[in-house]
Amino acid sequence: MHGLINRAIERFTRDTYGPETWPEVARRAELGTDEFESMMTYPEGTTVRVLDALCATLGKPRADILEDIGTYLVSHPALETLRRLLRFGGVDFEEFLQSLDDLPERARLAVPDLGLPELDLHEHGAGAFSIACRGQVRGFGHVVVGLLRAMADDYGALVLIEHKGARGPDEIVEIRLLEAGFSDGRAFDLGGAVL
Amino acid sequence: MTTAPNLDGSAVTALLDLLCPMHARLGPTGHILHAGPTLCKLRPGHRLEGMRFLEVMELRRPRGDGSMSALMAAAGRKLHLRLRDRPHTQLKGVLAPLPDGAGAVIDLSLGISVVEAVRDYALTSADFAATDLTIEMLYLVEAKSAAMEASRKLNLRLEGAKIAAEEQAFTDTLTGLKNRRALDCVLYRQLAGGRDFALLALDLDLFKGVNDRLGHAAGDHVLQEVARRMVEETRGDDMVARVGGDEFILILDGLADRTRLARIAARLITRLEEPIDFEGQTCVVSASIGAVLSGDCPAAPAAELKEAADRALYRAKNGGRGRHALHCRE
Repeated sequence: MHGLINRAIERFTRDTYGPETWPEVARRAELGTDEFESMMTYPEGTTVRVLDALCATLGKPRADILEDIGTYLVSHPALETLRRLLRFGGVDFEEFLQSLDDLPERARLAVPDLGLPELDLHEHGAGAFSIACRGQVRGFGHVVVGLLRAMADDYGALVLIEHKGARGPDEIVEIRLLEAGFSDGRAFDLGGAVL
Repeated sequence: MTTAPNLDGSAVTALLDLLCPMHARLGPTGHILHAGPTLCKLRPGHRLEGMRFLEVMELRRPRGDGSMSALMAAAGRKLHLRLRDRPHTQLKGVLAPLPDGAGAVIDLSLGISVVEAVRDYALTSADFAATDLTIEMLYLVEAKSAAMEASRKLNLRLEGAKIAAEEQAFTDTLTGLKNRRALDCVLYRQLAGGRDFALLALDLDLFKGVNDRLGHAAGDHVLQEVARRMVEETRGDDMVARVGGDEFILILDGLADRTRLARIAARLITRLEEPIDFEGQTCVVSASIGAVLSGDCPAAPAAELKEAADRALYRAKNGGRGRHALHCRE
């Protein structure tokens, strides 16, 4: 699994639960190191071990933690770069949803060996969508739920999002877009990047 | 067979505004008859319609005389243009003449200046045609910058780790000899073990001349060669350390005899004076040695032994190069 993904879990833990929790998780997961490198690849199984250790340390179900990670990725100020990259997907939430099919491809443009879960959007009309999510780690659908909730907020859209469990190899996420312009959302200025 | 419907002027304008929001339609005299919505954003507070196109933009390539006919002559070619007013944004363009001398349509793009232009003119996704790759390009610029930043941080950390590892290492990377840190450890062990030994401080003579005359590559080669010879001239239990540019310290284990020590020092110097070949050039160096026997400084700490050897070395050098001197018991 790519270091960026492991590093994201690490940063989420550090930023959300303070500096003491992460070393405990790293010990439990028998990482042998205190810090993931973003730009390195780690053996398969590392991510699952870290997630299991995180669940055990926090005493929370894995689904909840994964959803929190998804929200963290978009809404934490330390990851503003990532929020901006996601906002390039579309000018409103619906266009953003329609860009999700391209997400793994977009990510590959920047980081060629970053294997993101494949996302397949289905439109059911009247603001109803579903996403079939196929990742290397079971439960990535919950990350998608958290991420979409935070992105909807970012765009100022009012949505209902629900994880509908697994169907074969896919996890299904249902989205109901109730109101695209519910609030102002957060600003996205095309030329606003700090390069 | 169907024929294309005749489009009237306003329909064509609406169509061009959608497909090419940075286009301008020019009349036969080179005046702007219509400017696309995004092009208008590049000159805020001005009305482009009615202005001469070449008064707004400077044609940089192909160079013309500023006339409409020169511009028309470049039809179909890639045009390099620049806004005459600040911030002098660079643009690319292509011109298509209209039939019957009715002027031309010129389509523009931000080209490589897009990152600054988007910031300067506060452009949004809506300012670009849906097929325009500008947004993807901006995405890539940001994504690549983020990836580069992560790589840069990794490199910095690796560099830090490398420096730390080198600091902890016992080997001089150029010559493969032991370094000062290793020397201190060995000296400490020798003193703690109470065995007799000799400590030799050895400086190369004429080395600076080799460096100055033949360059650092030759200097490095000489250092490697003298290191090899010193190792050959000593035994496995002895230690040779490089402690400065051309400064070495040797620890000769089990040595307590002044005559033997003097013989070894003389032999070392003779050996180091043998010419060294470097890419067809001959390098000649020599060496000065100051030596001390541990038995002559009973219970002296390591620093004191080194100082005694340094003083002897100073005396040796005062007598001329290629000499050795022994520390005398006080």
